[in-house]
Amino acid sequence: MDFEEVLDLRMNGAQAVLESLKKEGVDIVFGYPGGVVLKLYDEVYKMKFPHILTGHEQGAVHAADGYARASGKVGVVFATSGPGAANLITGIATANMDSVPLVCITGQVANPAIGKDSFQEVDVCGITTPITKHNYLVKDVRDLPRVIKEAFFIARTGRPGPVSIDVAADVFNTEFEYEYPETVRLRGYTGDYTGDAAEIDAAVKAIEQAKKPLVFFGGGVTSSNTSEDLRAIVERLGAPSASTLMGLGCIASGTKGFLGFAGMHGSYGANMAIQQCDLLLCIGMRFSDRVTGRVAEFAPKAKILHFELDPAEVNKNVEADVRVLGDLRWSLPILREKLMASKTDFGAKHAEWLQHVAELAASHPFSYREEGDAIKPGALIRKIGSLMDEDAIVVTDVGQHQMWAAQFYEARKPRQFLTSGGLGTMGYGLPAAMGAKLACPGKKVVLFTGDGSIMMNCQEFATIADHEIDVKVVILENHILGMVGQWQRLFYNRHYSASELKGKRDFVKIAEAMGLRGYRLTKAEELESRLPELLAEPGPAVIDCVIPQEENVLPMVPGGKRLDEMVLGGED
Amino acid sequence: MKKYLLAVLVDNKPGVLTHVSGLISRRAFNIESISAGYTEEPSVTRINIVVSVESENELDQVVNQLSKLIDVIKIVNLSKSPSIDRELVMIKVRATKKDRADLVNIVDIFRANIVDITPENVVIELTGQQSKIDAICEVLSEYEIVEIARTGAIALSRGPVPVKRM
Repeated sequence: MDFEEVLDLRMNGAQAVLESLKKEGVDIVFGYPGGVVLKLYDEVYKMKFPHILTGHEQGAVHAADGYARASGKVGVVFATSGPGAANLITGIATANMDSVPLVCITGQVANPAIGKDSFQEVDVCGITTPITKHNYLVKDVRDLPRVIKEAFFIARTGRPGPVSIDVAADVFNTEFEYEYPETVRLRGYTGDYTGDAAEIDAAVKAIEQAKKPLVFFGGGVTSSNTSEDLRAIVERLGAPSASTLMGLGCIASGTKGFLGFAGMHGSYGANMAIQQCDLLLCIGMRFSDRVTGRVAEFAPKAKILHFELDPAEVNKNVEADVRVLGDLRWSLPILREKLMASKTDFGAKHAEWLQHVAELAASHPFSYREEGDAIKPGALIRKIGSLMDEDAIVVTDVGQHQMWAAQFYEARKPRQFLTSGGLGTMGYGLPAAMGAKLACPGKKVVLFTGDGSIMMNCQEFATIADHEIDVKVVILENHILGMVGQWQRLFYNRHYSASELKGKRDFVKIAEAMGLRGYRLTKAEELESRLPELLAEPGPAVIDCVIPQEENVLPMVPGGKRLDEMVLGGED
Repeated sequence: MKKYLLAVLVDNKPGVLTHVSGLISRRAFNIESISAGYTEEPSVTRINIVVSVESENELDQVVNQLSKLIDVIKIVNLSKSPSIDRELVMIKVRATKKDRADLVNIVDIFRANIVDITPENVVIELTGQQSKIDAICEVLSEYEIVEIARTGAIALSRGPVPVKRM
């Protein structure tokens, strides 16, 4: 290396952050400036680094999450120390629960001020330890390139997750010889999850012996991009399949034998099939309590096969009879190959069972009753689904509308149904939809939200307006915190304690005040007469749809009940 | 409840102990003792954890969850292989002239040491397995124990193979 090159590589910590992000292929950062990150933002300005200023740090982190889920890339966030970092926490926890790769770079007070309760000081590593895959405090600029390299590696490999990097303010100002490492060397983490092929043989043997198998898959298939192998396996087996909420899209809705999602508000077909099957082939899922119902009586007749990357998920909630530990990118192609090579005529063996399950599913599909000229959530979501092409991305907030979206929106591909599954974060939707649109500018993005959820991060209306981020925000307005209200209706004698939203808010005016077009639909006929053109108009818009207040999400497995003890709706 | 002694090798970096202890508490694992110290390699810290669990399954959970921490290099369950474990205790006992001879007797029987003595107190030091330490504490409870400090158990494997190569 000659002298001139060395000179070129001298830079300050702030430049080093941005230089490293470029090397990691980061094309956009979501963030919010403040005192200790002024130097970092000065370099953002000078380098014209693509950056979206959100209305709140929580908006920034959810936007990075939506970007990551839609694209499969690592989402990146900047925030200042103290309140800035603290405002990221909900978003980091959301990403952590759903295994979403993020790198969150926060400023910390300068080295000499650390530990002195300085202005805007908070112990970011202390706070983020339980909700990150890993975290760092960088006090020496010479550690910065290595830490950033490691952070991206950790965030995106293995089971993805958020990584937090807290950087002391003076580190941004300090000049040093910049060199970005080529490789990562961590003694406790390789990111390689190749397993033992003998475990797959045991799984194949069990599948060959099964009479009534069900393929049950989760978000691990999405995050490992293995849905093609999954579909081939399901097709080869001629067996029914079901997903968790996080797995929606990996098998297109409408595929023969696909029963939709299982769990508390899952389909009758999926839940009954789980309780009746003799083999549950679980792929990339973690048996959340929302999926299993009463866990002791989950899939009571089934041998459980668990394909999973994270050893800590095996036997955590449900004991596996056969486990296949390892990355699905390693295990599923081998399983697929071995099943293709098997002499068993799976189709014939499973035909009767498939038929039985199809009849179960057909006996109680997701349904709703028409009610005069009221807009029914099921009808609204189905209508929007019919207006979307197969590449469209749907994002939800959390609550009743989320479950209706999962029930009635027919997700066709992975990474097209984005929802806060594990943490159930109200306020996730709007910023996540913004991030998804920025990740996939060519795809239509629709957000389903509620009149409760949307208020939690409605400041981001201004962000999508300012940047003309084409998100169609569909609010299902029922003047109540719907899911809370449903539980109060069913289990608390209709005591609508602190759940009614009878105020004077006007979402059309809020939208307009923030620079968006706003519309209100109140009648079912408007789903035909107005909705199509509103969705077709270019640019962001808010479409406030008034729905009946006392609509339940059904079926429902009440807390502590078995999956086949559903409260059914419709004709029942 | 069954007790197991885990030897956990971790990167010697700031925050590692927080990562380990934070995980143990948030996953609601029962810990009898935890101690940490330098090792033959400056970049490696060894954390010794005595965990008490209901089942093998729960033990697997502890090990698998700890293994997920990026800065954990290796975990070995030393209770499952031939190993030697020891704990150090120091006990300050009120000891006037009339009790002193009795206490010296007890110390001899347990092969403990008296490491400090004043007109009112003695400080007894004992190294041994937890059961032995529990035993001396029980015997001494007949006297007035002023304070106790215990290190928690540490262990090494028997034979030539160190934990890092197990």
